[in-house]
Amino acid sequence: MSINILVLSLNIAVAAVSLAMALCAWRLMRGPHITDRVLAIDTLYLNAVALVVLLGIRLQTPLLFEAALIMAMLGFASTVALARYLTRGDAIE
Amino acid sequence: MGLHPVAEWLAAACLLVAAFFSLVGAIGLVRLPDFFMRLHAPTKASTLGVGGVLLASMILAAAQDRAGFAELLITLFVFVTAPVSANMMAQAALHLLVPCKAAVPEDAVPERRPSGVHGDDKLR
Repeated sequence: MSINILVLSLNIAVAAVSLAMALCAWRLMRGPHITDRVLAIDTLYLNAVALVVLLGIRLQTPLLFEAALIMAMLGFASTVALARYLTRGDAIE
Repeated sequence: MGLHPVAEWLAAACLLVAAFFSLVGAIGLVRLPDFFMRLHAPTKASTLGVGGVLLASMILAAAQDRAGFAELLITLFVFVTAPVSANMMAQAALHLLVPCKAAVPEDAVPERRPSGVHGDDKLR
C-alpha cells in the first residue's frame, strides 16, 4: 500500500511534467516572437531536469542527479548566451 | 523499497505539488497573451516544480541514509539562476521592443530607440 503511494505519485508527476514539456514545445514552435522561443527553451530545460530527477528517484541511483546538475548548468548557460546575443548581437564580448 | 511510511507520504506529497506547479507553469506559458506575462508564469512555477521534485528526492535519500548533496546543489543552482535568466530575457525583450499588451504607464518603459538599429525586422 505505502509503496503504491510513492509509485502512483511518481507516475502522476512524470505524466504532468511530460505534458508540461509538450506545452512548452508547442510554445517553442508557435512563439510569435524570438524571445518566446528562448523562454520556451529555458522552461524545457527546467522540465527536463525535473524529469531526469524523477527517473533517478525511480531507479534509485544517485548517478542521475549529477547529470541533472550538468543539464541545469547547460540550460542556464544557453539561456544567458541567447539573451546576450539578442541584446548585444554578440554572445561573448 | 522498505522505507519509512512517513517519508514516503511526504515525498509523494512533494511530488504531487511539484507536478501541479510545473503543469501550471506550462499552461501559463501557453495561455497568457503577452511575452512579459508569459515570462512570469514558468519562472515561478517551474522552479517550484523542480524544487518540489528535488525536495522529494532529498527526503527519500535521507530515508535511505544517503546524503542528498547533489540534489541540494541542483536546488541552489536553479533557485539562484532562474531570476537571472528571467531578467536577461526581459532585457532582451525590452531591447527588441517586443509588443506589450498590458496597460502600462507612459514613463514605465524606457525611451523607444529608432527602429532598424539592430536588425529588428529580421528577428521578428
